[in-house]
Amino acid sequence: MAHNFVPLPDQPPPPASVGTVAWIRANLFSGWVNSVLTVLAVYVLVTALPPLINWMFISADWVGTGREACDSGGACWVFVANRIDIFIYGFYPNDQIWRVDAIFIGLFLLTAPLFFKSFKYKVWLGGFIIFIYPIIGFILMRGGMFGLSGVETAKWGGFTLTLLLAGVGCIAALPLGVVLALGRQAGNMPIVKSMCVLFIEFWRGVPLITVLFMSSVMLPLFLPEGVNFDKLLRALIGITLFQSAYMAEVIRGGLQAIPKGQYEAADALGLGYWRKYGLIILPQALKIVIPGIVNTFIALFKDTTLVIIVGLLELLGMVKASLGDPAWPDVSREGYVFAAFMFWICCFSMSRYSQWLERKLHTGHKR
Amino acid sequence: MTANAQPAPKSEVMIELVGVNKWYDKFHVLKDINLEVRKGERIVVCGPSGSGKSTMIRCINRLEEHQKGQIVVDGIELTNDLRNIETIRKEVGMVFQHFNLFPHLTVLENCVLAPMWVRKTPRKEAEQTAMMYLEKVKIPDQAKKYPGQLSGGQQQRVAIARSLCMNPRIMLFDEPTSALDPEMIKEVLDTMISLAESGMTMMCVTHEMGFAKTVADKVIFMDRGQIVESNPPHEFFNNPQNERTQLFLSQILNH
Repeated sequence: MAHNFVPLPDQPPPPASVGTVAWIRANLFSGWVNSVLTVLAVYVLVTALPPLINWMFISADWVGTGREACDSGGACWVFVANRIDIFIYGFYPNDQIWRVDAIFIGLFLLTAPLFFKSFKYKVWLGGFIIFIYPIIGFILMRGGMFGLSGVETAKWGGFTLTLLLAGVGCIAALPLGVVLALGRQAGNMPIVKSMCVLFIEFWRGVPLITVLFMSSVMLPLFLPEGVNFDKLLRALIGITLFQSAYMAEVIRGGLQAIPKGQYEAADALGLGYWRKYGLIILPQALKIVIPGIVNTFIALFKDTTLVIIVGLLELLGMVKASLGDPAWPDVSREGYVFAAFMFWICCFSMSRYSQWLERKLHTGHKR
Repeated sequence: MTANAQPAPKSEVMIELVGVNKWYDKFHVLKDINLEVRKGERIVVCGPSGSGKSTMIRCINRLEEHQKGQIVVDGIELTNDLRNIETIRKEVGMVFQHFNLFPHLTVLENCVLAPMWVRKTPRKEAEQTAMMYLEKVKIPDQAKKYPGQLSGGQQQRVAIARSLCMNPRIMLFDEPTSALDPEMIKEVLDTMISLAESGMTMMCVTHEMGFAKTVADKVIFMDRGQIVESNPPHEFFNNPQNERTQLFLSQILNH
């Protein structure tokens, strides 16, 4: 006689294994080492946090016009508030600041549709942002045509310059890195391959600060008399070449992670070299190395502070320069905290964006 | 199911290998391979591992390069000329042991990619063709899924459909069932049998002797880079000529 299969009814888990108490016991006091560390961590937080919060917020001064307004013993945010224009825009003429704002607002508005799934022209818009928009942005910043007054690059500075250096560095280094990585993989073209290896190893071997210094001090010595090109442009080229070498190695890591079968399947379908890489290999390889790419971007973002060596004042440089003002004695802590905060916001956003991108591109395949 | 009628004696030669030799460094993998495959013929290649059977089949669409001899596929000789290689690859479909689907694309995208980019078929038409072939391999309902969400057998059937979407004149199979669970082998073999019945020229490296008996026009046995025996299945299984073939058959059939 056949029996019917009757599943047992589900029962609730024992109370000691779920809920807040169980969580605390399992995660904070699971053994004596863990318990000691928990207590220690709580002690550090209790002693360090209140004074910090007090200094930063509770007894801080927010409004005023000069150093005198800061008398409550807390942070003097009045300094930052008074200098915010210089920190953000550098020495860009006050009446022209709308041009910088317009560029960033425009970028923001253009980027927004890329985050909507239903938007159909992502490739075209992305291409426009990467290839055309920088040119429009440069014309708007530099001026000197279309009735805009000229603003020489020496006056560009502050957070604007930080974003410009990092943005151009990232956008230009990525495709260059892809080309270098592919070149380094090209086993059947030994000359191309060794040139790529040479390039990558050279730029990875020198510190960025040397690159900047060379571009600004040494390069003019080699150029013929009278030939002189923009200091900012030289720094940008230096940063881009430097960064592309790192990018190439990150991307090469991704290329190596793609199974041989993917190359073979693409070959067997007759896709040819460019379509094989463009449609099959690179989309997968770049997805794998998103954390590495963003890591490089974040490092670059912070490395932009080094341009101070060639006399370009980005955000940190501007803050530092302002600290020398005799009208504002003793505000270095506030200045540095502000600069750190701005950098952290940007880097943290990049990190979150990359995590979002990784989740979005995950197609549930196993390796 | 029984083997179909023998191909007409005068039908055109689709694949021709003349004195093909290949070395991996100093290791001689293929030794003087001579082979002729006619239109509509179904060839099964078997042999112990390391016998060069996969290497041989991969030479036919130039995934491996031969160093000596001549390979002519569909009237075009395989040389270093990239255009020839790409023309041949358009006409020769290949199914791999490990499926090699593109994991970042859906099943449908896997199928329409090559027709759209290589054959320049409009998307609509490519999708219709793809759906037709996905129906043939009995998984049209999985078209929007990613390969990672399918079972091994389903993935291999998608791989077959993907190759068919290019309307190839020849299909190569490189151990298509070796990476599958026993329960899934049948669904893939059924797909291959129905493909064989449609008159496709097929060359298949496999250890599925049942498949060889059912559909092959010719069974080729290879060992140490050589073709040891080449006969119709009836002859091959019941009256093997070579001692090495007899040993191989006794080992794989009696267990």
